[in-house]
Amino acid sequence: MPGLFALAYKLLVNDRAKFTALLIGITFAVFLILQMTSMFAGVLKRASATVVNVGAKVWVMDPSVNNVVSSIGMPDYVEDFARSIPGVAYAVPLYSGAALARLPDGSYQPVSVLGLDDTSLFGRPELVQGRIEDIYADNGFVIVDDSEYPKLGSPPVGASFELNDRAARIVGVARVASSTLFGIPTLYTTYSRAVQYIPSTRFTTAYVLIEPKSPADVPVIQRQIGRLGYLALTSDQFIKRIANFYTYKTGLGTNILLMTVISFMVGLSISGQTFYSFIIENLEKFGALKAIGAKGRELVLMILFQATFVSLTGFGLGIGLSTALIALAKMRLASYAAVITFDNLALAFVMVIIIAGVSSYVGVRRVLRIEPFDIFRG
Amino acid sequence: MAIEARGLAKWFGDGAARTDAVRDVSVEVRLGEMLYIVGPSGSGKTTLLSMISGILRPNAGSVRVEGVDIWGLDDDALAEFRLHRIGFVFQDYHLFPRLSTAENVAIPLILRRRAWHEALVEARRLLGLVGLENRAELPPVKLSGGEQQRVAIARALVGEPDVLILDEPTASLDGETGRSIVSFIRNDVLSASRAIVVVTHDARISEFAHRILVMEDGRLTAVRENHAHAS
Repeated sequence: MPGLFALAYKLLVNDRAKFTALLIGITFAVFLILQMTSMFAGVLKRASATVVNVGAKVWVMDPSVNNVVSSIGMPDYVEDFARSIPGVAYAVPLYSGAALARLPDGSYQPVSVLGLDDTSLFGRPELVQGRIEDIYADNGFVIVDDSEYPKLGSPPVGASFELNDRAARIVGVARVASSTLFGIPTLYTTYSRAVQYIPSTRFTTAYVLIEPKSPADVPVIQRQIGRLGYLALTSDQFIKRIANFYTYKTGLGTNILLMTVISFMVGLSISGQTFYSFIIENLEKFGALKAIGAKGRELVLMILFQATFVSLTGFGLGIGLSTALIALAKMRLASYAAVITFDNLALAFVMVIIIAGVSSYVGVRRVLRIEPFDIFRG
Repeated sequence: MAIEARGLAKWFGDGAARTDAVRDVSVEVRLGEMLYIVGPSGSGKTTLLSMISGILRPNAGSVRVEGVDIWGLDDDALAEFRLHRIGFVFQDYHLFPRLSTAENVAIPLILRRRAWHEALVEARRLLGLVGLENRAELPPVKLSGGEQQRVAIARALVGEPDVLILDEPTASLDGETGRSIVSFIRNDVLSASRAIVVVTHDARISEFAHRILVMEDGRLTAVRENHAHAS
């Protein structure tokens, strides 16, 4: 059998023009599929950045909330009720809102403000400059050093600016796991200061963050919160809810899906057509092989080997090209969101397998139908 | 007896569209014999050749090659039989242009699961026999028509078949090259343990045949013993 595969390999690779066209088709398809899905994965990851960065295990919210920035204020009794549930170790409020910063040069920049529980500062980020206790100092804010940090002029500790026409001062620079989606800088402060700086509705608690005593307590907590008319989600559930919102309710998912399907069709067209013409060009030779004594399944194996070989090679090249371009883009554009996940790779792999399958199916049909007698008849 | 065919018939289509390609033909080919099948285009000689070589199933009749009823075999067994016992030289050679000459010759051995390297060594030996040892690494398209024909012969012989089938072996060659090829087959390929069947239009090579079967309109119309054949 190895000899048969070596024969198939040489027939494929020695036809440099077609082999190159096949590789280009599949590589291009994989590249496009990965680019599309990686961008989408990057967008979804950033859409859930606050959930990841704050790191609470359970988030309580109004049932209408479907993404982290569109929070709906909840009355204080939700927090009190959460604390009364037996399985809750502690529960703290989180403020989430937007404000307008005025920079020293007079320009304005919208910012996202997270107000942490004054007592515990639960959900605080890791500081790379300054001390977290300085957040209690007058007008103290911690700024996140992410891709949006330069939009506030990359202010160091001690820098002053205006926030909603009130004095604000940077007391720390923080690092977080993930940048946010909306291209605006993020500031952390205490809950009480956030409420002072940002005009709010009657209720100011955007989320109640819960630390359960044990994972087994989570379903109980969710049921209890549900009875109150609110929604308690684990961080994974909240991330999934946000992902579902952007995927199914914003048009983003549909567009990415369309682009992915188009990429797939491009790859299928180029590779399918090239592979088909490769088979047609060699059809008489396959017929001659049949006459000599090759069995139908041996020819099928040869074709499947060729399709698999070219597909996997194209898959590898496509991944390499995509990875290189994403890495390059991230070096040049800090806010570039694409991220390659195992799911992206699996999707691209499945699509490549389909391309290989369809391409070889057509070839296999033709080869199985050719009669050795046709070779004699010319 | 190398080949024993009895009452062979083949038709294509049904009813009014039926065309009889071969009608009740019986043929015997002896070991050590070079047999020609001649006749005008459409006389059924290629169909007959296909039936006696296990390529085309007859509508009626039987074919025994070396005592084996080949049309009693299933498809896989028949393919295996052809691979081990019958060598083919096609009219258009059907060499793979993307493989080297040696790799083309090695194909029957590769189909027999021989190791790639071992098959190539044997293929080069066969190329030496047909005088093309220095062309082993070239692609067939770099060879002349006569050389390609010799490569096709080497490919047919590499598995040491009992029966060699040649379809119009001189059709694409000039007269002198054609004669030299057939002379080589007659003198160097034919042996006491091998039979050769040739379909041809080419009267210039008739001297090399032991016997000549003449076909017309699907029927065997004459069998000529060639007593003056070249030796």
